Amino acid sequence: MSTQNKQMSELDYLGLPPAKRRLYDIGQFFKEVPGKVWGGIKKIPQKLWALLCRLGGFFKNIGVMFWEGDILTKLSFVIMGFGQFFRRQIGRGIVFLLMEAVFIYYMAAFGFSYLSNMTTLGTEAVTKTLNKYGLEVVEYKDNSLKILLYGVLTIFIVIGFLWTWYINISQNYKAQKLIEEGIRPKSLKNDIKSLGDEQYYKTLLAVPLLGIVVFTVIPIFFMILIAFTNYDYSHLPPEQLFGWTGFENFRTMLSTDISGSSKFAYTFREILMWTMIWALVATFSNYFLGMFIAICINKKGIKFKKGFRTILVMTIAVPQFVSLLLVSKMFADEGIVNGILQKLSLITDKIGFLSTPTLAKIMVLVINLWVGIPYLMLITTGVLMNIPADLYESAKIDGASGMKQFTKITLPYMLFVTGPYLLTSFTANINNFNVIYLLTGGAPKTMEYAGGAGKTDLLITWLYDLTITDNDYKMAAVIGILVFLVVAVISLIIFNLSPAMKNEEDFQ
Amino acid sequence: MTDQNTTNFRSKSRKERRTRIIIYVVLSVLSIIWLVPFFYLICQAFRGESKSMVTYFFPKEWSFENFRILFKETNFLSWYKNTLIIALFNAVLQTVIVLSVAYALSRMRFKGRKLLMNFMLILGMFPGFLSMIATYFILKLIGLTSENAVPGLILVYAASSGMGYYIAKGFFDTIPKSLDEAARIDGASRSRVFFRIIMPMAKPIIIYTVMMAFIAPWGDFMYASLISFGHEESYNVAVGLYRWLDKEHINNYFTVFCAGGLFVSVPVTVLFMALQRYYVEGVTGGAVKG
Repeated sequence: MSTQNKQMSELDYLGLPPAKRRLYDIGQFFKEVPGKVWGGIKKIPQKLWALLCRLGGFFKNIGVMFWEGDILTKLSFVIMGFGQFFRRQIGRGIVFLLMEAVFIYYMAAFGFSYLSNMTTLGTEAVTKTLNKYGLEVVEYKDNSLKILLYGVLTIFIVIGFLWTWYINISQNYKAQKLIEEGIRPKSLKNDIKSLGDEQYYKTLLAVPLLGIVVFTVIPIFFMILIAFTNYDYSHLPPEQLFGWTGFENFRTMLSTDISGSSKFAYTFREILMWTMIWALVATFSNYFLGMFIAICINKKGIKFKKGFRTILVMTIAVPQFVSLLLVSKMFADEGIVNGILQKLSLITDKIGFLSTPTLAKIMVLVINLWVGIPYLMLITTGVLMNIPADLYESAKIDGASGMKQFTKITLPYMLFVTGPYLLTSFTANINNFNVIYLLTGGAPKTMEYAGGAGKTDLLITWLYDLTITDNDYKMAAVIGILVFLVVAVISLIIFNLSPAMKNEEDFQ
Repeated sequence: MTDQNTTNFRSKSRKERRTRIIIYVVLSVLSIIWLVPFFYLICQAFRGESKSMVTYFFPKEWSFENFRILFKETNFLSWYKNTLIIALFNAVLQTVIVLSVAYALSRMRFKGRKLLMNFMLILGMFPGFLSMIATYFILKLIGLTSENAVPGLILVYAASSGMGYYIAKGFFDTIPKSLDEAARIDGASRSRVFFRIIMPMAKPIIIYTVMMAFIAPWGDFMYASLISFGHEESYNVAVGLYRWLDKEHINNYFTVFCAGGLFVSVPVTVLFMALQRYYVEGVTGGAVKG
């Protein structure tokens, strides 16, 4: 924060007691929020341009290496590891040559056919022929799903190979330069040794990253591709084929004509709206009530602090599928809450807590408090204890009431410190599968919605239903991508605001 | 003069006492609300009469009948065993992976580090379910679905755990870098620093990671239901118990579900409560740093 931005002169600012100075900083932070958001949005084209420049620099670098390289380096562009053999780096040379051999074998034997099949995703699913007894024999041929999956795997293998190829030529170039200066380049033995030292991060990250690539990156890439096909219940391999359809699914989902046949667009809008309301209300109600309870428990002179805390924390400990399923049965039409209310003759007809649309929405939000308040209580307790006590003391001397102390000191301080958490929990709530799925499963279902969606469905639970019960994979993939876009935009704003993310080095 | 002062003081303390009483009432009511479902679970688990849902709270007849059914007539024990195996393996593998990633990203500076962190951040924004279908096909390709769901699930949990490094990294960031540097000047290699200096100081975060990794598989429903689909023997507890509450089973299995739920919850809850301190440190540290 530069001093020019402050409305107060520097001298006045420095004259304040340290605690008040901190409070002033916090106030300034909130004043700057809109400007920072706008600044973040303005930075996007700039960042994209910087990325393009770096990409250009990368290719230029390859060109320079080829141009300035001697014959050994140039040959290494084609035969990997060639240069290393003549520069006394035989170990490295063997590794690279082996990689190239394996890659060429793989591409020749499988890779090319997988990649070429990917353009059509198969032409013939089954052939039916009659055998000599006159019975029909079904033979499965092209399986679009397998073609796509193998194709994606091959694409990643090619990318991995290109990367090794780049390492190979840059190593050659470096070795060449070192030899020109009269220094002996490093050998494989040095490489292996440095894996425990300067390059220890490679050892540490290798397995985790492999896991992430195989079980997260490849699946996500695969599902993004599915969004551009017509893979659904009427195109299920191995009996049927599916093929590329371009942006057709996105057009269905986002079409503006909601009166016509495209129920999906209408459903999507309604559910998106409810998801946003849900995330907003769930996040803030948990936050403020959690904070309120934390303040109550931590108030001076209250006994059994630990007891109250432990009781609340129980809901975190018990697996959600037990606690939430049980609560959903308690509030069911035939459940105990209705039963007891009837017995006390408070009501005559059963209340559809989770089966009437509006009430169900309110109930999931209320029950979510039961789940969420304990987390917030734990987090805010920690922060509350860190608020400098002299802030309160000086406020008391000035005669500020309890309410005033809360709005002028506690709340701004809390928002400042837990702001990033508040916003990340907003995005987490958008994808809050467990609470909705275990409580209502999206019910009450309605005919107004497409794809078997219900009134309390979030985008994420709708996605689940579409894949598991409807096998409408293409639409599920589209929803997944749209959810990503929503979360990404919100997160982009958060990370521009969050002060904690930027000065990572300050902690160390 | 003195008289007025004392009345002033007394009125203030009376006001304080009133707020205190209000707070006690609020907290007691909340505690009851928070505990009711768990009492309900216990009552239903030990109910002797009728296996379906009833509209009264306390059972008329207490018995262990539901537990007998649970262990003798259903596959519950094998589900329990599956979940326990998965949880134990996950506790080891996930801890190793998370600590490795967190240490590398916190302590070492290398080309592409920022890029990698941003990349993982972006990956985390995709809804987890999106990748599940493809994950399922990949596992099926290696033959780790339905009857082999247990190793399959271990693999999936461990493989995707690298992205949850934030809290552990936040912890490592608070250990002064000068410690590393001093050891490095004395000639210790990076791996030695990791095992000899950082690990002994990281006890709270190790306990936190082990605990979370052990507890998570007990509640996982999404992945487990997909990967163990069609093979009842290899369900985990969540998938197995969930089915007992659908329309076909609920009238014969509701109290058995409660017994099973209780049997799952008690050890997990005891473990959690015993290690609560580490949990609180983990979440508050992670939340405050963003």
